Amino acid sequence: MELICPAGTPAAFREAVDAGADAVYCGFRDETNARNFPGLNFSRDELKTAIAYARRHKVMTFVAINTFMRAGQEKLWHDAVDDAVRLGADALILADFGLMAYTAERHPQQRLHVSVQASASNADAVKFLVETFGAKRVVLPRILTIPDIARLARQISCEIEVFVFGGLCVMAEGRCSLSSYATGKSPNMNGVCSPASHVRYREDGSELVSELGDYTINRFPAGEAAGYPTLCKGRFDIAEERGYAFEDPVSLDVMDHIDALRDAGVGALKIEGRQRGKAYVAEVVSVMRRAVAADATERPALLSRLRRLSEGQKTTSGAYEKRWR
Amino acid sequence: MTLPFAMTAPLRFAPLPLIEHATRLVFAQVVRQHPDLFDRLGEHADKRYAFVPTDLPLGFLIEPAARRISVHRKPHLPAADACMGGTFVLLLALLEGQLDGDAVFFSRSLTITGDMEAMLALRNALDDCNIDLPADIARMSGPFAPLVRRAASEIRTRALSGEAARWN
Repeated sequence: MELICPAGTPAAFREAVDAGADAVYCGFRDETNARNFPGLNFSRDELKTAIAYARRHKVMTFVAINTFMRAGQEKLWHDAVDDAVRLGADALILADFGLMAYTAERHPQQRLHVSVQASASNADAVKFLVETFGAKRVVLPRILTIPDIARLARQISCEIEVFVFGGLCVMAEGRCSLSSYATGKSPNMNGVCSPASHVRYREDGSELVSELGDYTINRFPAGEAAGYPTLCKGRFDIAEERGYAFEDPVSLDVMDHIDALRDAGVGALKIEGRQRGKAYVAEVVSVMRRAVAADATERPALLSRLRRLSEGQKTTSGAYEKRWR
Repeated sequence: MTLPFAMTAPLRFAPLPLIEHATRLVFAQVVRQHPDLFDRLGEHADKRYAFVPTDLPLGFLIEPAARRISVHRKPHLPAADACMGGTFVLLLALLEGQLDGDAVFFSRSLTITGDMEAMLALRNALDDCNIDLPADIARMSGPFAPLVRRAASEIRTRALSGEAARWN
């Protein structure tokens, strides 16, 4: 199974390659990709150098152009596609159907992957993208159980990639409007969920208070691990109770289920975290590389060390092992 | 790792100009070795960044646009747009990209206040620069460079061994 690894900077890219990635995914330094954070991402020259470095190590480079185009501003996204193709990207990860159509028409030889942001989660949706735009791979939204994935795999003809470790979105990828509601900016349109410009952390006595725009997201008592300031992982007062209404501040980890995912038809395992530092990339990729090759009995010991790197310092198997229905 | 009091106590009495002079020499050397260090900051290059080690009686203010660092005694720290606090070793490890900033933040060992966007941009800029303090400092040491590099690397390894075990 391929290991698809994140890189937000050229330094992280090299770490991912050196640590054993089969492919590294990254994006341009603008709102064409869903990790459009300050100081992050690649210029055209940096991507050219990164692709050359990856090629020397027989590693592929996938370029995520996975936000949705704005009417009148399509050139920004079209240029991103043209430049990624020109620079030699092994695959483009796209979410917008219009951009997929542009790519299929202008660059018919370019390998196209369906981003998780496209929310293609059933056979009809995937078949449409394969037949219409020639998509070679779909990155499935994190809403399916492993049996769901196995059923889907039997009905579609393209490769399947799934997220196995890292940040976990609420179950409306590509459709989530929570960040947009609170800040006017969203991962889907601007590439930023809870943009840093709207985030504030402050100490209030022994508590750490996280705020997003005008909203208090959470109050972490002393000693409790903190999380990202996203509304989906906020702690709310609901009736008489205070708690997490959507999701706890936890990260995804389904590496315990690698064999089941392989049996279900998954061909590529994806690690989330383009916004993370190179130390995270190096550590997670090298551990994952060993875990994929290891016997199932050896994996828990290998993977346990990654929990400290996770949001809230806790992990979950999320919908892959759905227990709530 | 928190620096022991015996190591930090002399800083309470050492003349501030002397500490600042030494700090500026190291800072200038790092900037010289990594001329593109602040390129990723973009519009945030004009901001003022404070770094406040919890185990030192001092704070540091960096102004990227002016390529300037200044040292201040606590609690007389000047206003900054964004401020990062943590142990001295932790801050140095983040400077070098040896630790993941998000993971350290989740653990509550790091505090960030003020302009989060600016601090995030600086974090990402530093992370991409492959700063290696022992190597950078050694280059200032003339014929003693190999010795200084070895000693500084050894100190770093020991200081970070606890952090690496905890975070990475």
